[in-house]
Amino acid sequence: MLADKDRIFTNVYGFQPWNLEAALKRGDWDNTKALMALGQDAIIDVIKASGLRGRGGAGFPTGTKWSFMPKEPKPDRPNFLVINADESEPGSCKDREIIRHDPHKLIEGALIAGYAMRARAAYIYIRGEYIREAETLFAAVAEAYDKGLIGKNASGSGYDFDVFVHRGAGAYICGEETAMLESLEGKKGQPRLKPPFPAGAGLYGCPTTVNNVESIAVAPTILRRGAAWFSSFGRENNKGTKLYQISGHVNKPCVVEDAMGLSFRELIETHCGGIRGGWDNLLAVIPGGSSVPLVPAKDIIDAPMDFDGLKAVGSGLGTAAVIVMDKSTDIVRAISRISYFYKHESCGQCTPCREGTGWMWRVMERLRTGDADIAEIDTLQQVTKQVEGHTICALGDAAAWPIQGLIRHFRPEIERRIIERSGGDLAPMQEAAE
Amino acid sequence: MPKLKVDGIEVEVPQGATVLQACEAAGKEIPRFCYHERLSIAGNCRMCLVEVKPGPPKPQASCALPAADNQEVFTTTPMVKNAREGVMEFLLINHPLDCPICDQGGECDLQDQSVAYGKGHSRYTENKRAVTEKYMGPIVKTIMTRCIQCTRCVRFAEEVAGVEEIGAIYRGEDMQITSYLEQAVTSELSGNVVDLCPVGALTSKPYAYEARPWELKKTLTIDVQDAVGTNIRLDSRGRQVLRCVPRINEDVNEEWAHDKTRHHVDGLIRRRLDRPYVRRDGKLAPVSWDEAFAVIKDRVAAAGSNVAAVAGDLVDCETMYAAKALLAKLGSTKLEGRQTGMAYDTSSLAAVNFNTTIAGVEQADAILLVGTNLRWEAPLVNTRIRKAIKKGAKVFAIGPETELTYKVEWLGSDLSLLGNLPEAVATLFGEAKAPLIIVGGAALKGGHGATLDFAKRFNLVREGWNGYNVVHMAASRMGGLMLGYAQAGGIADVTDAAVTFFLGADEVDYTKFGGFKVYVGHHGDAGVDHADVILPGVTYAEKSGTWVNTEGRVQRGERAVFAPGDAREDWTIFRALSEVLGATLPFDSLAGLREAMATEVPALRQVNTLVAFDWNPPSLDTAGQGSLSGYPIKDFYLTNAICRASPTMQRCSAELVHGETFAEAAE
Repeated sequence: MLADKDRIFTNVYGFQPWNLEAALKRGDWDNTKALMALGQDAIIDVIKASGLRGRGGAGFPTGTKWSFMPKEPKPDRPNFLVINADESEPGSCKDREIIRHDPHKLIEGALIAGYAMRARAAYIYIRGEYIREAETLFAAVAEAYDKGLIGKNASGSGYDFDVFVHRGAGAYICGEETAMLESLEGKKGQPRLKPPFPAGAGLYGCPTTVNNVESIAVAPTILRRGAAWFSSFGRENNKGTKLYQISGHVNKPCVVEDAMGLSFRELIETHCGGIRGGWDNLLAVIPGGSSVPLVPAKDIIDAPMDFDGLKAVGSGLGTAAVIVMDKSTDIVRAISRISYFYKHESCGQCTPCREGTGWMWRVMERLRTGDADIAEIDTLQQVTKQVEGHTICALGDAAAWPIQGLIRHFRPEIERRIIERSGGDLAPMQEAAE
Repeated sequence: MPKLKVDGIEVEVPQGATVLQACEAAGKEIPRFCYHERLSIAGNCRMCLVEVKPGPPKPQASCALPAADNQEVFTTTPMVKNAREGVMEFLLINHPLDCPICDQGGECDLQDQSVAYGKGHSRYTENKRAVTEKYMGPIVKTIMTRCIQCTRCVRFAEEVAGVEEIGAIYRGEDMQITSYLEQAVTSELSGNVVDLCPVGALTSKPYAYEARPWELKKTLTIDVQDAVGTNIRLDSRGRQVLRCVPRINEDVNEEWAHDKTRHHVDGLIRRRLDRPYVRRDGKLAPVSWDEAFAVIKDRVAAAGSNVAAVAGDLVDCETMYAAKALLAKLGSTKLEGRQTGMAYDTSSLAAVNFNTTIAGVEQADAILLVGTNLRWEAPLVNTRIRKAIKKGAKVFAIGPETELTYKVEWLGSDLSLLGNLPEAVATLFGEAKAPLIIVGGAALKGGHGATLDFAKRFNLVREGWNGYNVVHMAASRMGGLMLGYAQAGGIADVTDAAVTFFLGADEVDYTKFGGFKVYVGHHGDAGVDHADVILPGVTYAEKSGTWVNTEGRVQRGERAVFAPGDAREDWTIFRALSEVLGATLPFDSLAGLREAMATEVPALRQVNTLVAFDWNPPSLDTAGQGSLSGYPIKDFYLTNAICRASPTMQRCSAELVHGETFAEAAE
């Protein structure tokens, strides 16, 4: 278990006020000028050395991402930092806690990250449904401006840096980085084709880096305490601490910061008071938010909760939104509901996702009640394969994976429903004797 | 120049080319729906997926992937085949199976590609999606259930037409293409979305349920609705032209055509003159050709050499030459084609020509429009200006403000501004590498000299570049000027003729003509109200003719259908009449006429080439006179006799120009 002294988010539960005064007491904005005085490349080197991987789901090394930005931006094409606070993945709720209880960590991180990548401004794109959180964030940004922490000569560093907060309008797809840029520009939120990547042509055609809230918010602390401290947690290639969000059938669902790579059992036992009904009652876990495949109980219990550990069991860390399901769960219905979500949130731009998500959901609904043919399970599996990897953005993959996970691990359950509904006469046909 | 391999075939493509283009260069067909050469890349249909090495282990959209050195592209591997079959299946699951009643049938990309790349059967057993129809105006019929959301129409409206009136609303499988408020799409180019639509979602409303593509005879000809000379194909069945679609000509119209070009064709069979008439006691009486010729013979005998010819806007060079040759036999050169009374100097045709060429407009970096509403006078020149702006050109204009679909800095309406430009504008033109002026008909009177002076001051004519342009509105204009249909004083010089031949001239003020009027034309329009004798001629669709467009490009069109009734090709009318008049013309075939015409004006022999006019501008008064109060075209959809007879054009005019609304029939 992570020691209290090693926590980055010291107010994640809101026991203290969010405001600047309290944030200063917690150590935020403590001589930010000195951090910036390290120099832009030095900051990027520290982040690289810390082993921080993007906390938004894909796990791309953050320092490397920052280093892609042009070192000498042209005056008519400034660099931009866009911070992705459009936290819409079912199960995810970490950015929300950061913004409503510790917004100054994010704003300070924005300044430091923006400075390191030579950005002119940061845009924080906050999910539309986060109304109170947006209010807090607007107020926190105003506080920071008032005290001269951001704006002209930010924190006395001589660097001019603005932070704008932009509220989304309720589309999941706007959490995809290029769709977010479209949305920020005032267009319909649809992912762009890549290449060009945002670091080459992003917001308004200017070089842009899109980072998750958590990736940005941890940056000041990493700089203060050093890359070595951060990388002392976790396993090789999966360093640092992470906010886990555990929901579902545990005794005490929570958002908690702990080291990367601790086992699922340890995570649940230490922070969540165990599985409802005990470990034998565990059915499956979706370890990284709705878009990653589920993992059955036997595989997940001792798996390390980090990028590589979960990849090894056929899933992914995603945003570390751990959805725990016990044996009372109608697992087919749960996945069908996720399918409905993706059908509802597909932007409609490219064919496989637009047409495939609806098709998959409709078949899932019939599988839920067993109103299907056993052969349709294979058809569904093929349809998910026709969607996966054929789309512009990853939403198609995200819609396909949960179903693939279900078929991979719970095919007998689906077949049972079909057989039961048809009166049980669909039992495997006897082969004629030869 | 990246070199790559497509299915083992090595190709070299220009820098910036896509993998799709590289595949085409290698002779590999790549199926596609959303990709279109002239529109931005959307990459959303996912039909063009190919396997590319090096790259991620999944298929890549070839339309959006830049070709790079040492790439290996595979278009026939199982991965590619599966990807295509998968995408095709997705496209078809919600596409209705109504091909038998779909107007796109037979020329449908989805049909063709599903045969070539599809699985051949469907596994989809759920209900299909249905989408409500949208209203997109009098030209575009929508059956949105068929839409495959390729967004070509959206991109066309935004990028080429410059009207952001088509877009996609909602998301996921509920995404719909719509005209937002379901109002008519106000672009004069809206009909092009019908061609662009790869399925039957957007089809032609006037052509709905008229014909199948395989029953149509296709004739290549030239459009006469304006002076751009759009290359078109007339699709006809029997004696009727059923539709008009553009052909590709990169120098002229690319592959676009405006709505008047596309949809005037139903005017070709209405209000037609199909027999000769003679006015007796103030009323037109049907007569035979011989009787009509006899009446003319008497009048011409009395007139002697005091005869004239006035050419209309649509006539071909052959007709004008035949009339000219007849008048020459009678001893007259009173020829005029500028019906509305324009009298600009024609001593050097370069000074009234579109010298930059239509395609050349794209290279301009500073553009001055003087007295021209290009959107109505030459819509396909307007689209070129939009392209130039995309490359960074600045556009200024003198004239009353009007919406041109792009950003224009309006300097004012006074022609004296030409000699007194704001300093910033003058500096910009002084420094421009490819400056350009486009002079419209409204400015030729009072501003011709001033614009030529502008060209001289800003060195618009330089090595490899001539930036002086006059945009004409009549298809016959440049040909007419080359054949001498211009008097120093304009039409006023010919009104005193005792006998005047009007070659389909319907825009002329007949009350100015005191003499005997012979109307040779095809439609019962303004001309027949005043004519003393009517000789039924044929429209452009019914004859082989030569036209010279506003940039001096000689183009030839072919006959698509036969004329109704007793109507005859115009040149044969003059040939026959010449015999009656005892002044027999020296040719009795179209080939003979063309030979004679080319002997007189050699440039007309060079079909599909630009006439080389020497830059030798006349010295005119360099002061701009007067202020422009408007533009010559008051109603884009009703500019000539053919479109005035067309119900479609009348409806367009009523709805799009005059703002009338039409109630849809209740369902």
